[in-house]
Amino acid sequence: MQPRTAYTRTAIALHWFIALLITAGFTLGATMTDLHMSPRKLRLYSYHKWIGITVLGLVTIRLIWRLTHAVPPDEPMPRWQRIAAHGTHWLLYLLMIATPIFGWLYSSASGYPVVYLKLWQLPDLVSKNKVLADQLVQVHAFLAWTLFYVVLLHAAAALKHHFFDRDATLRRMLAWRRA
Amino acid sequence: MKRNSLLLINSIALAIAFVATAAGDPAIDASKSSIIATFKEENVPVDAPLKKFNGRIDYNAAQPNAAKAALEVDTGSLDMGSADYNAEVRKKAWLDSGTYPKATFISTSVKPGAAGQFTATGTLTLKGKSQTLTVPVTVTQAAGKPTVFDGAFEISRAYFVIGDKEWNDTVDDKVRVRFHLVE
Repeated sequence: MQPRTAYTRTAIALHWFIALLITAGFTLGATMTDLHMSPRKLRLYSYHKWIGITVLGLVTIRLIWRLTHAVPPDEPMPRWQRIAAHGTHWLLYLLMIATPIFGWLYSSASGYPVVYLKLWQLPDLVSKNKVLADQLVQVHAFLAWTLFYVVLLHAAAALKHHFFDRDATLRRMLAWRRA
Repeated sequence: MKRNSLLLINSIALAIAFVATAAGDPAIDASKSSIIATFKEENVPVDAPLKKFNGRIDYNAAQPNAAKAALEVDTGSLDMGSADYNAEVRKKAWLDSGTYPKATFISTSVKPGAAGQFTATGTLTLKGKSQTLTVPVTVTQAAGKPTVFDGAFEISRAYFVIGDKEWNDTVDDKVRVRFHLVE
């Protein structure tokens, strides 16, 4: 059997859908806190939380998929780039899991539990505690901003491979229709 | 002014209620007690404790019908967990704590139920409006320990004109209040 040249469709679909959700969730998170108190503000907080929980669920599926399915072999590149690329991927997984978990922790500690899609109330991970909540929200924000910069690095590297090295790095994450 | 006279009547009623019960049980120990309002925004239940209150419940297990309760709560002590929310909820459209700093409950009659239980009927006055409430209460008494009263009731924001209409799609009309009062 030939080694696969692209990611599986499942991995591709999850990758781009999660990318879209993270962009929306991050944009909401970075702007909603400064809004004046209004019903809209509370709704946006809810959407932000739902997006975060969705990312947490989908990333978990993606991670299981990744560990059970072969990924395409690396394109030829210097050793340091290979290490950097793989390091970035695993850092992304870590941040995509940790950021929503700390958001969930913060929701619990602040006494505003997550009610996913307005239907299911998620269990509180910690009990209400204002001091803890103030610390958790800072960790959540730090993780989110770190994720933002690592995503930028990841995207910049993909574009560099596509336009400068002219290799298949980006194409194998876009190859929905098999040749 | 209608509002002032209402406040005055309230204060007098409360004072009378206090005097009437003064001979009986000790005052509520606020440091051991809690009154918590639970509202729902976007279907998210949020517990907001009322941190400042005082009152007295006169209860004798042998004569539950004669029980009396008078409580006074500082509306400005509602803690929603963040400074933003607390500032919002004290505004005129919500609790208007500047104009109506106190909410009161004064019992009018008590009906004994099963052992350790009774139903208290009384008048809740909040933001200048009064409503008759019937509240089931559980009493816990043990030798050498303070008497504890637990119960809960529901109020309607619309009835007490708490919150602008624009919030009605976001914040439920019903607000549940539960109390744990220790003498």
